Amino acid sequence: MADLAVRVAGLALRNPLLLASGVWGESGESLAGAWKAGAGGVITKSIGSVPRAGYPNPTVETYGQWGMLNAMGLPNPGIEEYPREIEVAKASGATIIGSVFGGDADEFARLASRMEGTGVAALELNLSCPHAEGFGTEVGSDPAQVERIVRTVVDSVRIPVIAKITPNAADPAALAEAAERGGAAAVSAINTLRALAIDVRLRRPVLSHGLGGLSGPAIKPVGLACVWQIFERISIPVIGVGGISTPEDALEYVMAGARALEIGTAIAFEGIGVFGRLATGLSSLLDELGIHRLEEAVGVAHRAGAA
Amino acid sequence: MRTVVRVTDCVQETPSTVTLRFPYAPPVGPGQFLMIWLPGDDELPMSVSYTEGGSKGVTVKAMGDSSRRVQSIRPGGTIGLRGPYGNRFDLSPRALLVVAGGSGAAVLAPAAELARARGASVTVALGATTRAELLFHDRFRRMGARVEVATDDGSEGERGFVTPVASRLAAAGRFDAIWTCGPEVMMQKVAALGAERGVPVFCAVERLMKCAVGLCDACALGPFHVCTDGPVFEAGRLTGLPDFARFHRDSAGRRRPF
Repeated sequence: MADLAVRVAGLALRNPLLLASGVWGESGESLAGAWKAGAGGVITKSIGSVPRAGYPNPTVETYGQWGMLNAMGLPNPGIEEYPREIEVAKASGATIIGSVFGGDADEFARLASRMEGTGVAALELNLSCPHAEGFGTEVGSDPAQVERIVRTVVDSVRIPVIAKITPNAADPAALAEAAERGGAAAVSAINTLRALAIDVRLRRPVLSHGLGGLSGPAIKPVGLACVWQIFERISIPVIGVGGISTPEDALEYVMAGARALEIGTAIAFEGIGVFGRLATGLSSLLDELGIHRLEEAVGVAHRAGAA
Repeated sequence: MRTVVRVTDCVQETPSTVTLRFPYAPPVGPGQFLMIWLPGDDELPMSVSYTEGGSKGVTVKAMGDSSRRVQSIRPGGTIGLRGPYGNRFDLSPRALLVVAGGSGAAVLAPAAELARARGASVTVALGATTRAELLFHDRFRRMGARVEVATDDGSEGERGFVTPVASRLAAAGRFDAIWTCGPEVMMQKVAALGAERGVPVFCAVERLMKCAVGLCDACALGPFHVCTDGPVFEAGRLTGLPDFARFHRDSAGRRRPF
């Protein structure tokens, strides 16, 4: 069986399949459940300074097997109460990455420092939620601001910092470059694509917030293109996210340049068992292709060159 | 996928509960729920109280502002629907004890009807605050169930909680399964009663829901998600959990005592 272990952002992961932020990460029991189901690591819900209820329902629109639209509105228990959930997750032995969101560099740094204190292995900065006023994409679309936020956080913690960047920008790779200049240990890409659904009978948007973010298989080619471009422009590792639901999807991202991967929407289609199935399937696929270690495949598609 | 329908009938079942009927063709199993969208307002998970045929129904209890606004819908009003979601009651037991607290009867009545149609004997312990709030009392009687009642104020049946009535019924008869829906504290007592008598108990659990497809974690209960692992759980899977009957989670995901 091919070796799926990878090193990324200073973390030694048993496999590259991380639970994506925002999914299953509000409760420690769920984080532990994803780890027990075979995830290589788990990323928490994005945590802010104060408790946040998120937007009223409807918060999701489903599209069969090709995708999902959501505007949850960054619901989270807040950094004061969230350490209880980390404690529960830690008891399972999970490798935990703490995700935080702030409105400016100082808020990010305070949250990052508190999150580091809970004993997480690394941090992921949410610079990319597409539907929360004052957060996410709104603070993560400008390279100078991304660099400033990442640097401020990196200067205030000892653990590795991952920047999750948005695809809803003219040049996502420029944001990745900014994160690298700021001292990030890795970049994850992509977050959801800004999107909308309208009910024609009711003549109104479906989601209470109007705009939301699209995830699932529909966005995989977009995520691949972002990872491809980012890989060519930075030297820190890339974590690939967006529509991964089969072993082939996972390997595509790796060959585009991803060293680790995040899985989210596929859980809605297949249940949490998707982690075990992807790990087994990816290992078999590598065997079939004569690749002994996943890390050997990182970015190989770039060597083929473009015609 | 979402469907928009016009409500055809509104029935005031009790002072605090209203049934909405609407055309919806997809099959719905006993125990399953729909996400009911009140356009421009909110979307709420509701167990289906009329599961058979093309006219489905939900029975809504006035809890918060949103459920009150759902109750205020009139025939001809539009609602959005998605689902059904969740698992269902297993209809194989031949001798059933049904323990319903308050609006818990909304999900138990259609399930009990289906069990009756397959020839099961059904005994019901039905509880409410007061006589007028006994939900589906006549419906349970019409299906040929034996019904015993408890009300908090003693206005009908025994005064007090429904669990002592359930306990007496369980002791007097032989049952293959106990189905229960109501406050978690009540269901926990029913679970203990089943464990004592060696009768499997199945609880229909209600929790705050957002996505309903097992992603967002809003309905997390221990290692489970009520939307995809439930809402029907064998009681033994719940009773050992630190949160069952003790803590729920609010919209921000904070654990709060019941």
